[in-house]
Amino acid sequence: MTEMQGQRTTSVQRPRMEVEFAGLRLRNPVMPASGTFGYGEEYSSFIDLNQLGAVVTKGLSLRPKAGNPTPRIAETTGGMLNAIGLQNVGVDAFISQKMPFLEQYHTPVIVNFFGNTAEEYAEVAARLNDVPNVAALEMNISCPNVKHGGIVFGTEPQAAYDVVSLVRERLDKPLIVKLTPNVTDIRVTAKAVEDAGADAISLINTLTGMAVDVKTRRPRLANQIGGLSGPGIRPIAVRLTHQVVQTVKLPVIGIGGIFRAMDALEFLIVGARAVQVGTANFVDPNAMSQIITDLENFCIDEGIEDINDLIGTLQL
Amino acid sequence: MKNYKTIVLSNQEISPGYYRMQILAPGYDAQARAGQFVMFRVQRSLPPLLRRPFGIFRTGFLAPDCDGMPPKEFIEIVYKVVGLGTEIMQDLHQGDQIELLGPLGRGFDLGAPDEDKILVGGGIGLVPLYMLAEKLDNKARSRLLMGGRTRDDIITVTEFERLGVETYVSTEDGSLGEEGLVTQVLERKLQKYPQATVYACGPMPMLDAVQRICANHKAPLQVSLEALMACGVGACLGCVVKGAGHSEETPRYLCTCKQGPVFNAEELDWRQLDEPQQDCGGCR
Repeated sequence: MTEMQGQRTTSVQRPRMEVEFAGLRLRNPVMPASGTFGYGEEYSSFIDLNQLGAVVTKGLSLRPKAGNPTPRIAETTGGMLNAIGLQNVGVDAFISQKMPFLEQYHTPVIVNFFGNTAEEYAEVAARLNDVPNVAALEMNISCPNVKHGGIVFGTEPQAAYDVVSLVRERLDKPLIVKLTPNVTDIRVTAKAVEDAGADAISLINTLTGMAVDVKTRRPRLANQIGGLSGPGIRPIAVRLTHQVVQTVKLPVIGIGGIFRAMDALEFLIVGARAVQVGTANFVDPNAMSQIITDLENFCIDEGIEDINDLIGTLQL
Repeated sequence: MKNYKTIVLSNQEISPGYYRMQILAPGYDAQARAGQFVMFRVQRSLPPLLRRPFGIFRTGFLAPDCDGMPPKEFIEIVYKVVGLGTEIMQDLHQGDQIELLGPLGRGFDLGAPDEDKILVGGGIGLVPLYMLAEKLDNKARSRLLMGGRTRDDIITVTEFERLGVETYVSTEDGSLGEEGLVTQVLERKLQKYPQATVYACGPMPMLDAVQRICANHKAPLQVSLEALMACGVGACLGCVVKGAGHSEETPRYLCTCKQGPVFNAEELDWRQLDEPQQDCGGCR
């Protein structure tokens, strides 16, 4: 240690981590994925919410939703299946009971929402539009868990276009639309959503999957089918993010199996402006904090002064 | 409630398929309450992806490695090898790095010292009852009923006896103690101690039977539930159980991790607690 004393002439320059897109200004590009971080409060004793780029809430519906019977989760190799069934407190209870907690922090709040009908989507969006401290909405048109939870909208380009257009009419805040990967060509949906007036796209939601208990010969989820997440899906998510970035002009948020800074970097390099961390939060409540630190360290080590200089720099 | 990297202090097989692990765990002795649990992660290992929940068996202090150093605070968990996670755990040795998140959840309500208490544990369900027995003020008025399929499932008897708790053993095959179900013993004990409070942890069919017996005797009952969990902190909503008054119209789900794992019997919907469980090697 002695050789360091009094000899250091330059201090390490912290890289600029701030990203801006769709009218949002985030202190760094890392935020939780909806449904893996509750309403923020659940993780607030483990991670400082002020560290995060944004907080993304659990998906909200017009009325409270009970969710699916149990078992709701099943671990798989390199991932997990879930069929929670979009259990949530409903938009009104969120605004009155959950939002005040989040308002203590100066981190943008992105509220995820969904509906059973296009009108329900629009109504939830309208109610959230009046909440001053909601920075943006993320629209789930892709959850595979509930029959009427959005699968129709996300898999049919016209339906996606219609519902996003309807929400757009009722919403002044930035609108992020979250895409399902369970389609033949995600570029078609991405284009439809862009044409309908979305401000940004996030992807991917979970891939539908199934697991069987070989002794009971029953599906391991009560819902039979669930959404697969975790590190195993990351290459699929990176590929889809790449394809969407190449297709639309909208800013893209990359999601899918991000556990470490190196994983997040893959998405940024293919062109995502920010990333969402999901299943990793369950495994390690400090995961996002570690990812943010390691992203900074990566920039320092690579001599990158601004993280934006990395975005979309894929060499082909 | 915190998350940190720590090390295994010891890991021993105490009965065929059952292991007892001691983990260095600063802060737990003062903080952890009987009935709480930890989320355990085998470090840098994938699979298993998710942490595993385990009830805390006990907390304590070991003499320091060197004079003048503070004593080593530990927790103990006892687990049964039932799946991928616990198979990896059984091979851990002293000094191996793991990650520990906890103490989590709601523990047992210890009640008043001047009342009779009956503790009912089935197999691995005995684990959280040890710390409970340890914390009870009047051990002379506490009875423990241990049940298992065979003698191999009756674990840590000596430890309970050392606490001064009257212990009754029953096995389904009669290989140790009385032949039959632990619930038969409970029925008799409740006739003898009609004012007793009952605490139970074990497989769901056992808890269901315990609940019916307690309801007949109007005995207050606290149960500790097992559930599959991803996060342990109330975010994933994977571990829910149906609460009392649950219906399609007025759904009421309770998080086992956050609102439990200990529930008062009347908080739960007992008609619908028979759903299949997986890979629960002593997890809550």
